[in-house]
Amino acid sequence: MTRSLIYSISFHVVMIALTVLSLPFMIRQPVDLPPIISVELIQISDKTNIPYAPKARKVIEKVKEEEKRVVSEQAPPAAKEKEKPDRIPLPKKQDEKKELVQKKQNPEEVKPEIRQASEFEKKEIIDTNQIAALIDKAKEETAKVEKKDNKLTQSSVKNSFATGLTLSEEDALRAQIFGCWTVPLGLPYDDDLLVRIKLELKQDGTISRSEILDHERMNRPGQKFYKVLAESALRAVRICQPLKVPTTGYEKWKNIQLNFNPTEMLKG
Amino acid sequence: MKKIIFILSIFFNFNYTFALIEVDITRGNLDPLPIAVSPLHVDVQSEEVNNIKVKELGSLISSVIENNFKSTGLFNPLNKDAFIQKPDIAHLKPRFEDWSLITAQALITGKLLVKDNKLKVEFRLWDVAAAKEMIALAFTTTPANWRRVAHIISDKIYERLTGESGYFDTRVIYVSEAGPKDQRVKKLAIMDQDGENVKYLTLGNELVLTPRFNPANQLVTYLSYFRNLPRVYLLDIETGIQEVVGNFPGMTFAPRFSPDGKKIIMSFAKDGNSDIYTMDLESRVVEKITDHSAIDTSPSYSPDGKYICFNSDRSGLQQIYTMNSDGTNVKRISFGDGIYGTPVWSPRGDLIAFTKVRAGRFYIGVMRTDGTGERLLTENFYQEAPSWSPNGRLLIFYRETKSGKDGEGFSAKLWSIDITGYNERQIKTETDASDPSWSNLLTK
Repeated sequence: MTRSLIYSISFHVVMIALTVLSLPFMIRQPVDLPPIISVELIQISDKTNIPYAPKARKVIEKVKEEEKRVVSEQAPPAAKEKEKPDRIPLPKKQDEKKELVQKKQNPEEVKPEIRQASEFEKKEIIDTNQIAALIDKAKEETAKVEKKDNKLTQSSVKNSFATGLTLSEEDALRAQIFGCWTVPLGLPYDDDLLVRIKLELKQDGTISRSEILDHERMNRPGQKFYKVLAESALRAVRICQPLKVPTTGYEKWKNIQLNFNPTEMLKG
Repeated sequence: MKKIIFILSIFFNFNYTFALIEVDITRGNLDPLPIAVSPLHVDVQSEEVNNIKVKELGSLISSVIENNFKSTGLFNPLNKDAFIQKPDIAHLKPRFEDWSLITAQALITGKLLVKDNKLKVEFRLWDVAAAKEMIALAFTTTPANWRRVAHIISDKIYERLTGESGYFDTRVIYVSEAGPKDQRVKKLAIMDQDGENVKYLTLGNELVLTPRFNPANQLVTYLSYFRNLPRVYLLDIETGIQEVVGNFPGMTFAPRFSPDGKKIIMSFAKDGNSDIYTMDLESRVVEKITDHSAIDTSPSYSPDGKYICFNSDRSGLQQIYTMNSDGTNVKRISFGDGIYGTPVWSPRGDLIAFTKVRAGRFYIGVMRTDGTGERLLTENFYQEAPSWSPNGRLLIFYRETKSGKDGEGFSAKLWSIDITGYNERQIKTETDASDPSWSNLLTK
């Protein structure tokens, strides 16, 4: 009995002592806490800002020195200089040509359309009688944009995250192959007829290697329709070449996979 | 630490694999495939044969192939005037650039030799885009059979390019009609599927109706009149021998062979009620399949012989029913507006073709074997009796035009249509024609 009483008292004493020591108002004021925090900040900045600090300095110096601020502020040239190591070095003239081709390859880009529309708006706003027409046009434009969004497939969504082919680039490629692919009309629409073709492309969009991923299925008995479809898909790709590919990021689209699936078309 | 590095390396490797760009192609063009049919090169060692212009044979065979492909609606044979390469060189080694220049995606070349009264034909099918040979075959036959060779070549190419068997080396049996509407002379006639090589099998003394081939294409069963009663007949095409099927006291009609060719299934009418019967051709044993007070007629077997589809008015209106081949498990499968008739089971087994009459108009249509997915392919003033092509792709039927008060302007012609509802076209016949029936492939 006395033992347990002693244990209880000693335990309570310890607890009270610990509580007293840990209470903030019982502790003396901490010494130099702000400096400790500042040291930590310095460490973080040391790790993260090393590459940027010299550049920032250079930029600041340039800004101060001359009026060439506009040149230094233009982000795109700087970004292009960064991307250059990814490309195979080419003469400057060819780079210029590539830029031109890129413009042609993306006729469905949304940005130019929006710009044109805004120009029309400016003109038409002057004529108050045509405001209704203007509204209709705006509706049409939004509808167009919505339609484009609807066309997105799962793979294209994946691509935008994973690979870097823009949607307009992907659409241009898809539209090109649509035109070249003569779908065999006698195919049964209830069969699983997905043909996956992996292509290895050259920089100009021509095919250096093509491979049907399920090619062993072509020679299986009862797979005549699959064989016909696979051959038609391969024919389409060959007829279409050079494929409409971006002028940059060759390493990203050097290998590309096309999934041919006529099921929706055959079902009508 | 090593474990962490290992896991990280696997993670980055996977990341690299998934970086492959994937593009889904779900649309293409539905234009017919551009195909170049080069005239077959005639070997200089070829000998002359009576009644056949050997020098022109190469062009004739290629034009038959070309017509066959054109009739499918799936191919677009290119104009020969645009061909750059000569047939003999093209057959040895095509210059694919020349053929792709005229947008050909497939190329057919060939050569022939007529020697010792034998015709040897070889052909090659080329994939122009891939610059490779797809199929190469040779046939030897008598020179008189050159049209059949052209059809066989067409079948082989069709199968290679579409994945389904062809239907060119086939025949159509039909009822040839001539004379005024109220005094028609009807004869049994047989022709190639393209309307050539017409032969008449009966003289036209008796009315004939609903001829059907047996699976071996050797026998034909049809309806004719015997002592003023319609009866089912059997005719051997090669020998010309014909006989009445079974010893039925009343009238028999709507005959058709079973898929194995051993039985004939037909309707037998007695006391105003008709039921479906089968007769074994070997043992001559007759079996009653349906037993109902309604009119059961137009029976047709499924390709595996396990089921039968037929017409019946047991629900009040004429509708399509299916049942097991022993007559059990009868099910009504047509439920649409109007009345349904002449059901025929597809050789593929997936569809039943029929004639439908609704609001005074006649339709040819197809439905699944359970009655779902009804599709009406074509509509007209009067048309009926669809018959399947052996590959189950096309239907052949006949169509009559509306005539005037005195029967003027009346005609009956054969037509075919794809099961997609496209490529409806008239099949040329020497005379008016009705009740067509498509044979199986003559060469398998």
